[in-house]
Amino acid sequence: MITLTHYLILTGLLFAIGLVGVMRRTNLLMLFFSTEILLNAVNIGFVAVSKYYGDFTGQMFAFFIIAVAASEVAVGLGLLILWYKRNGSVDLNSLQMMKG
Amino acid sequence: MEKYLYIALFAPLASSLFVALFATRPKMLFTGVVASILIAISMISSFILLMDVNTYGALHVNMMDWIVAGNLYIPFGFVVDEVSVIMMVTVTLVSTVVHIYSIGYMDHDKSFNRFFSYLSAFVFSMMILVMSDNFVGLFIGWEGVGLCSWLLIGFWYHKHSASWAANEAFIMNRIADLGMLMGLFLIYWNVGSLQYEEVFAALKDLDSVIVATIGMFLFIGAMGKSAQFPLHTWLADAMEGPTPVSALIHAATMVTAGVYLVIRCGELYSMIPDVGFAIASLGAFVALFAASMALVNNDLKRIIAYSTLSQLGYMFVAAGLGAYWIALFHLMTHAFFKSLLFLGAGNVMHAMHDELNIKKMGGLYGSMKATAILMSVASVALAGIYPLAGFFSKDKILEVAFNEGAYFLWFALFIGAGLTAFYSFRLVMLVFFGEKEYIKHGFHPHEAQPFVIYALLPLGLLAVIAGWFEHQFEGFTTRLLARYEIHISHGIEIILIGATLCIAVGGIAFAIYKYQRGGFSKTWEEGFFYKLLSNQYYIPKVYELYIMRPFTILSQFVWQKIDMKVVDFTVDSIARTIYKTGEKSRKMQSGNLSDMLRWMVVGIVVLLVLALFYRPMA
Repeated sequence: MITLTHYLILTGLLFAIGLVGVMRRTNLLMLFFSTEILLNAVNIGFVAVSKYYGDFTGQMFAFFIIAVAASEVAVGLGLLILWYKRNGSVDLNSLQMMKG
Repeated sequence: MEKYLYIALFAPLASSLFVALFATRPKMLFTGVVASILIAISMISSFILLMDVNTYGALHVNMMDWIVAGNLYIPFGFVVDEVSVIMMVTVTLVSTVVHIYSIGYMDHDKSFNRFFSYLSAFVFSMMILVMSDNFVGLFIGWEGVGLCSWLLIGFWYHKHSASWAANEAFIMNRIADLGMLMGLFLIYWNVGSLQYEEVFAALKDLDSVIVATIGMFLFIGAMGKSAQFPLHTWLADAMEGPTPVSALIHAATMVTAGVYLVIRCGELYSMIPDVGFAIASLGAFVALFAASMALVNNDLKRIIAYSTLSQLGYMFVAAGLGAYWIALFHLMTHAFFKSLLFLGAGNVMHAMHDELNIKKMGGLYGSMKATAILMSVASVALAGIYPLAGFFSKDKILEVAFNEGAYFLWFALFIGAGLTAFYSFRLVMLVFFGEKEYIKHGFHPHEAQPFVIYALLPLGLLAVIAGWFEHQFEGFTTRLLARYEIHISHGIEIILIGATLCIAVGGIAFAIYKYQRGGFSKTWEEGFFYKLLSNQYYIPKVYELYIMRPFTILSQFVWQKIDMKVVDFTVDSIARTIYKTGEKSRKMQSGNLSDMLRWMVVGIVVLLVLALFYRPMA
C-alpha cells in the first residue's frame, strides 16, 4: 500500500536531487533541468497532500506551478539560446560580469 | 475693538517678516520707514485700545486653540486689560520713537535692514508677553524677547566683546528662566490650569507654602529678566549692542518684564507678604548697589545701565510691598525718561565717533544744544525733581516704603535718590559742560540729524508731563490692581517729599559744584572704595573665578574623558563593526551564479531550521 509518507519521501528525494543539481552543475541547461526537478518535486508533494485531505486546492496549486514553470522555461531557454549564439558556451563560470 | 487688538499685536510681526526679506541686502532706506510706520500703526491701535478699555473695560479674545492634550488646555488667548494696555502703550510708544531714531542712528551700518527686522521682532515678542492671557503665552514672549535681546546685543557679532556679552545675557537669562519654568510647572501641578484667571481664582485654596514657593520661583525668573542681584552683570555688558537697542530693550521695555510679571501676579504676591518683603528688600539693595556703581563709572552707557538697574530696584520695592499700580507707574515714567537718556547718549556717541569715555568729552553743549537740553530734562526727571515725571513716581515709592514701616528700605531708597541725582548730573556735567576735553583727542562733534531730534521730542514731552496724570493713572489701573492706601498724615507726607526733593537737589547741586571745578582729585581714584566701585564690587571677577573657571574645567573633563572616551567611542565602534562586517561579507558577491545559488540554499536551510525550532508564542 502506498501511503502519503511514501509520496513525501519521494518528494524529499527528488527535491534533494534537484538541490544538489542546482548547487553542483555549471551548465546552464542542466541548471534548468534541476529547477524543473525541484518544482515537480513540490508538485508531487502538493498533489499527494491534496489527495490525502480530499482538498483540491493543492492540485490547483500544482497546475499553477506547471504553468509558471512552463513560461519560465520558455523565457529562460530563449535567453539561453541567445547567450549561446553570442558566446558559444553556456557554462556558468563564463557568465560572471558583476563582482562585489 | 478686536481688530485693533490684532493690529496692535501683528503689525510688528508683519514689519519684522517684511523687512527680513531684505535682511541680507545692503542698506535700503524704505525698510526702516516701513518698519517705523507699522510700529506706529501698532502704537495708534494701542492708544485706541486704551480709550476703549477706559470706556468699556477689559477685552478678552481667544484667537485659537493652541495646546489641547488631555487635561492641558492652552489657547492662544489675549487679554487687554488695564495693566496690559498700559504696557502696550508704553512699549509701542517707545518702540516707535526708537525705530524712527534708528533710521538716523544706523544710517551708515551695512546691516541696516537686519537691524529693523530684529527690532520689530522684539516688539512683537514683547506684545505677546504683555498681552497673553496665560502663563505659557507670557513665557513664549519672555523667551522671544530674550532671543531678540541676544540677537541685538550681538548685532555687531564680528566684535568679540559683543558676541560675548550677548551670550552672557542669554545664559544668565536661561538660569533664571529655569526658575520661572519651575514656577509654571508648580502652578500647573497644583491648579491644573495656566490661565491667569483660573490660577488666581484657585490660589486661595492652596497651601500657603506652595503659594510662597510658586512666588519665589516666578520671582527668580523676574530677577533674570530685570537683572536683579545676583543676576545683574549681564545688563551692563549688554551695552555692547547698538544704542537704540539699549534704549528700547535694556532700559524701557524688556528689563521691566520682570516687574510686569510681579504686577500681573499681584494677587499671588499679596497672599505672601513675606516673599513680597524679600522682593522689596532685594529691590532696595539693588537700588543702592547699582547707584553706587554708577557713581564712578566713566562709560557713558554703563552709567545709564546701572541707573536702569537701580530704578528697577525701586520698581521692585513698590511691587514687593503691594503697591502694584505705583510700580507700574514708575515703570511707565521710567521708560520715557530712560529711553530718552539713552537715545541722547546715542547722539553723543555718534558725535564722538563711538567714544564712550565721558572723561574725554566735556563742553559738548556748544555743538549739540538740542541733545544737551533733552538729556538734561531726562536727567532731571530721573533725579525726581518737581514737576517732572520721575518726581511723582519715585516719591510715591518712597512714601510706600515709609507707609509700610520699612524705614530701613525707605532710608536706602532715600540715599539712592541722592546718588541718582548726583550721578545723573555728573554725567551731564562731564559730557556737556566743563572743559572741552574732546579737542585734545581730536574729535569734531556735530549734532544729530534734525528728524532724529524731532523723534525724541515726544519722549522729552512725556518725561516732563507723564507724572501729571498720576490720579487718572491710579483710577484707571486700580480697577484691576489692588488699591493701595497710604495712611500717613499729610504733614509727614510733605516732610518726606521735601526731604527727598532736598536730597535730590543736593545731589544735583553737589555734582554741578564739584564738576565745574574740575571734579574730584586724582587721589580719590586710588582709594579703596573707588576701586571697589569701579570694579563693580569685583562681582564679575568672582563669577569668572569661582563659577566660570571650575565649570570650564568640568566641561573639558566631561568632553575629553566622558564624551570622547565613552559615548563617542561606543558609537564609533558600532559603526566600525558594521563597516567591517560589510567589508568582509562583500566577497560573497562574487558574481558567479553557482555561488549565489549555494548561498540561496544555505539561506533556505537556515530559514527552515528557524521555522522548525523557533515557535513564536501564539
